Amino acid sequence: MLDSEALQALWLTLQLSTVVTLILLVIGTPIAWWLVQTHSWLKRPIGALVALPLVLPPSVLGFYLLLAMGPHGPVGQFTRALGVDQLPFTFWGLVIASVFYSLPFMVQPLQTAFEAVGKRPMEVAATLRATPLDAFFSVALPMALPGFVTASIMTFAHTVGEFGVVLMIGGNIAGQTRVASVQIYDYVEAMQYSQAHSLSAILLLFSFLVLLALQVWRRPEAKREV
Amino acid sequence: MTGIHVKLHINWPNFSLDAAFEAPGQGITALFGPSGCGKTSLLRSIAGLEPSAKGHVSINGVVWQDDQHFMPAHQRELGYVFQEASLFPHLSVLGNVQFGRKRSHATAQFDLEALIDLLGIAPLLNRKPESLSGGERQRVGIARALAVNPQLLLMDEPLAALDLPRKQEILPYLERLHRELKLPVLYVTHSPDEVVRLAHHIVVVDAGRVVSSGSLVDTLSRVDLPIRLGDDLGAVLNARVAEIDSQWKLARLDFAGGVFWTRAQSLSKGDAVRVRVLARDVSIARDKPTASTIQNVLSARITDIVNDDQDGLVLVRVLVGESALIARVTQRSVSELKLETGLAVWIQVKSVALT
Repeated sequence: MLDSEALQALWLTLQLSTVVTLILLVIGTPIAWWLVQTHSWLKRPIGALVALPLVLPPSVLGFYLLLAMGPHGPVGQFTRALGVDQLPFTFWGLVIASVFYSLPFMVQPLQTAFEAVGKRPMEVAATLRATPLDAFFSVALPMALPGFVTASIMTFAHTVGEFGVVLMIGGNIAGQTRVASVQIYDYVEAMQYSQAHSLSAILLLFSFLVLLALQVWRRPEAKREV
Repeated sequence: MTGIHVKLHINWPNFSLDAAFEAPGQGITALFGPSGCGKTSLLRSIAGLEPSAKGHVSINGVVWQDDQHFMPAHQRELGYVFQEASLFPHLSVLGNVQFGRKRSHATAQFDLEALIDLLGIAPLLNRKPESLSGGERQRVGIARALAVNPQLLLMDEPLAALDLPRKQEILPYLERLHRELKLPVLYVTHSPDEVVRLAHHIVVVDAGRVVSSGSLVDTLSRVDLPIRLGDDLGAVLNARVAEIDSQWKLARLDFAGGVFWTRAQSLSKGDAVRVRVLARDVSIARDKPTASTIQNVLSARITDIVNDDQDGLVLVRVLVGESALIARVTQRSVSELKLETGLAVWIQVKSVALT
């Protein structure tokens, strides 16, 4: 039913989404925390910048990233100095592009979760001798855990569904950058509708299960006080 | 430099605090004042939770804050009990109690098990905070604050969020706390009952300023206290049960300068008690009343007469021996009896309350 091309594309998609989700957990957490804590005037501009991929056409984002990572772009020159030949049309180029593309799907649920934790538990932790960093890991993080689960699922699923940015940055190299969504496009272009059907059905089922999982996860929680 | 020394100011757009007070380095000091007067902000500033508060804080010789440096909250050796307990929902009761203890480097003043017993939370240790009643949560909050071995315990209206039965449940624990632990406590409250029952020293806060600071007995016998206490106005005396009259089921309470008789109830000879005499329960006579149902008739001398904040009423401060009492009487009585400062009178005390 699924040919080796489709399996390869699914495997690649899985790798990409996993790596992107892990990277965004590391990058998105401090950004979300900063956005909740800061009184700086930069809060709103940075917040808007983080949200930009929500409304920006993926091709626009992909185009600018292509320029930046290209041989004459700032990122491209930096990577060349590090000995990496080029990022576009490679897996890691895709990873970087996807990190930008999926950033709001990590940051925004985390921001909501941290806001729900509030200042009080951090103050309580301070009166119990916890340094701010300690309080973050021992209080804010566990209290925001449901938010982390939501954010990771959203980020993962959104990266799976990526198409436009991939085409702009990654092109269509089998085993390197040809993810599932691109593979479906290829099948349709080649009039291989049955293969397109199978792969599409898998993605459809996956998306439904993800949303179902989120619904179940967000069970009505007992009223709690802190 | 022993004792608690605080001088703090805050300037926010819609609120300013400029508070200075000194309090003894032991016993319970009430920060008392109406809602919104700034007492909670003052307490938070003492804890270091308001970094915009400038000034000086030193606790029994340790400087927490002065013009040069500001010790962050997590370095101040304090325990803090918040109004709503604010337990960590992701930890069990035991996890909450141990949270600060694991992080504290202070020498253990209190054995953890003794503390858990003192607050009666042993049966709750494995439960999650969400399954506790309001009173239980607050007891856990107090145990958690004490478990860090603080040099000062700060309590922000720990009873305000509780209903009357829950308050009655906690109060005995607070009294035991004071009896069994030698720890200074700053206790924020707007309830005169809690002040009278618990405090030894009162700092009265009004509109962001400290308007009075002194011992409980001295402060409550002032007739010029700049905050309205209404029917709660009354003096407090420290007394000792000197005699139990088993025939009439009465106890004789000796205080500096006189005696009261009150119902013996569960008192026994030698008990130290705190007696509250509300101003509305004290009346004044020029001649010694005879044949009255009121048992407590005392010879006194008037020291002050001031108008009450209620129309037509006057507060009269009298000395019985060395002890001061306040009577709330009508302006007409003062005029008809020609009461004036220095006059020797008889006072009748209708009832006294043991706190």
